Amino acid sequence: MLDSLNYIPQPTASNGELASHFTDLAPPLNARQAAIESARCLYCYDAPCTRICPSEIDVASFIRNIHDRNIDGAAAGILKQNIFGGSCARVCPTEILCEDACVRNHDAEGQPVKIALLQRYATDNMSFVDHPFQRAPSTGKTVAVVGAGPAGLSCAHRLAMLGNDVVVFEAQAKPGGLNEYGIAKYKLTNQFAQREVEFLLGIGGIEIRCGQKLGENLHLKDLHANYDAVFLGLGLGASRQLGLTGEDAPGLLAAVDYIAALRQASDLAALPVPRRAIVIGAGNTAIDMAVQIGRLGAEEVTLVYRRGFDAMGATHHEQDIAKANLVRMVTWAQPREVLLDGFGRVRGMRFEKTAMSDAGRLTGTGETFEIAADAVFKAIGQGLAEASLSDPLATLLKRDGDKIHVDDRFRTALPGIYAGGDCVAPGQDLTVQAVQHGKLAALAIHSDMQAKKEGV
Amino acid sequence: MKADLSIDFCGIKSPNPFWLASAPPTDKAYNVIRAFEAGWGGVVWKTLGEDPPAVNVSSRYSAIYGKNREVLGFNNIELITDRSLDINLREITAVKEAWPDRAIVVSLMLPCEEHYWADILPKVEATGADGIELNFGCPHGMPERGMGAAVGQVPEYVQLVTSWCKKHSRLPVIVKLTPNITDIRQPARAAKAGGADAVSLINTINSITSIDLDRMVALPTVGQASTHGGYCGTAVKPIALNMVAEIARDEQTRGLPISGIGGINNWRDAAEFIALGAGCVQVCTAAMLHGFRIVEEMKDGLARWMESKGYQTLADFSGKAVPNTTDWKYLDMNYKVIARIDQDACIGCGKCFVACEDTSHQAIAKLVDPISAARSYQVIDHECVGCNLCEITCPVQNCITMVPQQTGKPYMNWTQDPRNPRAEKVPTAA
Repeated sequence: MLDSLNYIPQPTASNGELASHFTDLAPPLNARQAAIESARCLYCYDAPCTRICPSEIDVASFIRNIHDRNIDGAAAGILKQNIFGGSCARVCPTEILCEDACVRNHDAEGQPVKIALLQRYATDNMSFVDHPFQRAPSTGKTVAVVGAGPAGLSCAHRLAMLGNDVVVFEAQAKPGGLNEYGIAKYKLTNQFAQREVEFLLGIGGIEIRCGQKLGENLHLKDLHANYDAVFLGLGLGASRQLGLTGEDAPGLLAAVDYIAALRQASDLAALPVPRRAIVIGAGNTAIDMAVQIGRLGAEEVTLVYRRGFDAMGATHHEQDIAKANLVRMVTWAQPREVLLDGFGRVRGMRFEKTAMSDAGRLTGTGETFEIAADAVFKAIGQGLAEASLSDPLATLLKRDGDKIHVDDRFRTALPGIYAGGDCVAPGQDLTVQAVQHGKLAALAIHSDMQAKKEGV
Repeated sequence: MKADLSIDFCGIKSPNPFWLASAPPTDKAYNVIRAFEAGWGGVVWKTLGEDPPAVNVSSRYSAIYGKNREVLGFNNIELITDRSLDINLREITAVKEAWPDRAIVVSLMLPCEEHYWADILPKVEATGADGIELNFGCPHGMPERGMGAAVGQVPEYVQLVTSWCKKHSRLPVIVKLTPNITDIRQPARAAKAGGADAVSLINTINSITSIDLDRMVALPTVGQASTHGGYCGTAVKPIALNMVAEIARDEQTRGLPISGIGGINNWRDAAEFIALGAGCVQVCTAAMLHGFRIVEEMKDGLARWMESKGYQTLADFSGKAVPNTTDWKYLDMNYKVIARIDQDACIGCGKCFVACEDTSHQAIAKLVDPISAARSYQVIDHECVGCNLCEITCPVQNCITMVPQQTGKPYMNWTQDPRNPRAEKVPTAA
C-alpha cells in the first residue's frame, strides 16, 4: 500500500510506545464530569446548537436526559437523528457547529457546553439490551447501497428501519468508509468504527458485500436492473494532483493513502516514517497527516499552504492541535517543483511565495525557496473517482462540477438512483453531513417506492 | 461609621445576631467551643430531655439537590440529645463559664406534666445559661411520644407549658414553633399568653425528600424502612419568612421578639429575616453543610451592608419590611410593570419566549433575522401583564428587567376597585 515509501526507514520506537501516541485525543468524560457539564446546559428553546446541527440532533433534550441519568434516553435521542452519533461525537468539528452556536459561548462567558463530549458520554454508556430501533413490517423491497461509509450505512439503516431490505456494496475490505480508513487514529480509537458498524447492523435486514467496486466488478446498470432503488454513497476516492513533474516519484504520495495504511496497521513500528516530512494542504486531512507523522517519530514536519491561516479549511481547533504537536506551518507558498535525488526519489520541494493581488487573485511572487524532506504528503483535496462512474448508465448521471447532481430529495437525474455524502454537491464534506444525506435519501427512497407501489 | 452587630434579644445579650440552632452542631461542648472560636454569637444547646436519654438510629439525614449537587433542602430524623442530662448540664456550665460574652440558650423537651419542668428548670438555671427554648416543634419521633410538635400543634398546651416555665424559672423563655400547622399565629398568640419572652421559628417541616426507586423505600433508610423527617435548608426559607411576617404583623403578637430560623445561608438571608421583624437568627443546615467558618462572611457581609445603608444597629432596620407586607386586597390595582429585554445582554436562549408562550400571556415575540436566521426576542408591551416569569427564567442577570409604567392613575386597592363585585366600599389605607 505504501510502496512509494518502501525505502524509508521504520521507527525505532516499539509498536507499544507508538500506540501510546495514538490514544484518545479528547478523553471521555466520567460520570461526575458529565453531571457537571450537563448541568451547564440551559435547555434553550429553539436552540441554536440544534439549528446548526446538520443531522438535527435535539441537543438540549439529550443533555437533559444525561443530567436526569437517563443515558439510554439520551443515546436514543441522538441515534434516532444520527445513527453515527458515536463517531460524530468524536470527529465532528463542533467548534464551528453546535459548540460555536451554544449560547454559553457568548461574550460574557465564552465557554460553550462540551456538547461533543456529552454526546460521546451518552453513546459510550448506553446499555440497550436490543437494538434501540425496531424495523417496520417488511415492504418486500430491496435497495442497493453503494459505499459502506457514513452516508451509505446511514441510508441503509434508515431503509431497514422502514421495513426494507438492503444490500450494501463496499469496495474496501471493511465497512466504515472514512471512519475506518480516513479519520486520524487518535480520534477514533479502540476499533470504534467497526464496533459502531456492528451496532448499526444490529437492526437487521442489511447485508454488506465487501470487495465490490463500482466500475470494476460492480455496475450501475446491473444494480438499477436488479434492485428496487440504488443509493450512491461513493465518497471522494481520488486524491487531487499537484500537476508537477515528479508527482509519481517515490517519496510523494497522497495523505489519505498513508492515513489508511496507518489506520489498518497492526504494527505501527512497521510503517515507513520519514525523518523530515512535508504536508501540502490545509484541510483537516492535512492536519491529521502532519500530526500523525510527527507522533510516529518524524523529526521535522512542515505543513505548507498557499494562502493564509484564515483561509485554511482546518478549523482553529485543528490548527491548535497542529501547533501543540510542533508542526511547522508555512503559509503563502505554493509547490513549484518536486526535488529528486540521484535515485529519482524525493529529496524536497521548491515552493514559490504567493500573495493576494489587488484584484483578489492568488499569484506567485516569483520568489522561491526549498524545503528538504524525505517524503511529501499531498492533502489538497479529494475528487470523485471517475472510474467508478464509467459504465454507460453511470455516464448519464448529471453532474455539478465533478460531483453528482441531486435534487433536494437526493434523487439523481436517473429515476430510482439516489446519491448523498461527499460525492454530491450540497453541504459540507463532513461525516455528520453524510449521515444526514443518507438518512434523508432513505426517506425519499422509501416514500418514492411506496408511491410507486400504490401507483400514485 | 462601624455597624454594631451586638444584640439584646429579650434580655439575652450576644455580640452578633448569629446563633446556632438547637441541632447536631450544638450537641456537645466540643462542637459549641469550635463554634464560639469561629465567631458565632450564641447557640441554642441541642434539646435536653428526661433521662434516660433518647436513642438515635442510623442513618439519619437525606437531601434534595440542585443541578450541581448543591443541597437545596435537608431532612433529618434525629431525635433530641442522646446523652445524659448530667453530662449536658456539666458541659453547659463549663462552656458558659469559658465564654461569658456568648449567648447560651438551652433547648428543652419534656412531657406535658408540670413536675418534669419544675424539676429540670432549676438545674438549667444553675448552669449559668442565658435562657431556655421550648422545643414544641420537633416533627419526627418525639410527637409519637406526646412531645415536640404534638405540643406545638395545640395552642392550649403551648400556653400551659410556657406558663409553667415562667413560673419555675427566672430565665427568658423562647417558644420554638412548629410550621406543621395551619395558622402560625395561633400557637404564637398562645405562647405570648403563656408569658413567653420570645418565639423562634420555624422548626422543621414534615418531609420525605426522595424515594430509592430500586428498593422502594424513602431516604434516609433505616434497614428496609424509613419515616418522615424534618425539612430545613434553603428550600424552607420562603415558608419561614412568611410565618415570621405573619407573627410580626399580627395585632396580638406584634412586638413579641422573634428569633428567625429557616434556610439562612448568608448575611442577606439574615438581613431579610431581621427586616421582617426578627431580632436574631438561628442557623443550622448551612453550618452542617459548610462548617462553622461561614459565620465570618455572614458577619462581614451584614456589617458592610448596614454601613452602606447607614444602619448603625440591627434595631435600625429590624421590622422595616413589615409595614410593606400586607394583604392581597390592599395591593395597588393601578400599578403596572412591563418586561424589558436588554438586546445587548440577551444570549438568545429563548427561555423567556417559550415560558411566556406556553404558560403565560404570549407577550414575547420571536423575531428571525431573514439573512442570518438569528433569533431575537421582543416584548409585546400591550400583552405583557408584568408577571415576572420571563425575568425569572432568564439565565442572564439583569438582562430582563421589569420596568414600572407611568399609568397616571392613583393608588386603588381591591376594596376600592369598581370591578370588585364584593367591594367593601370602605376605602382602607394600606
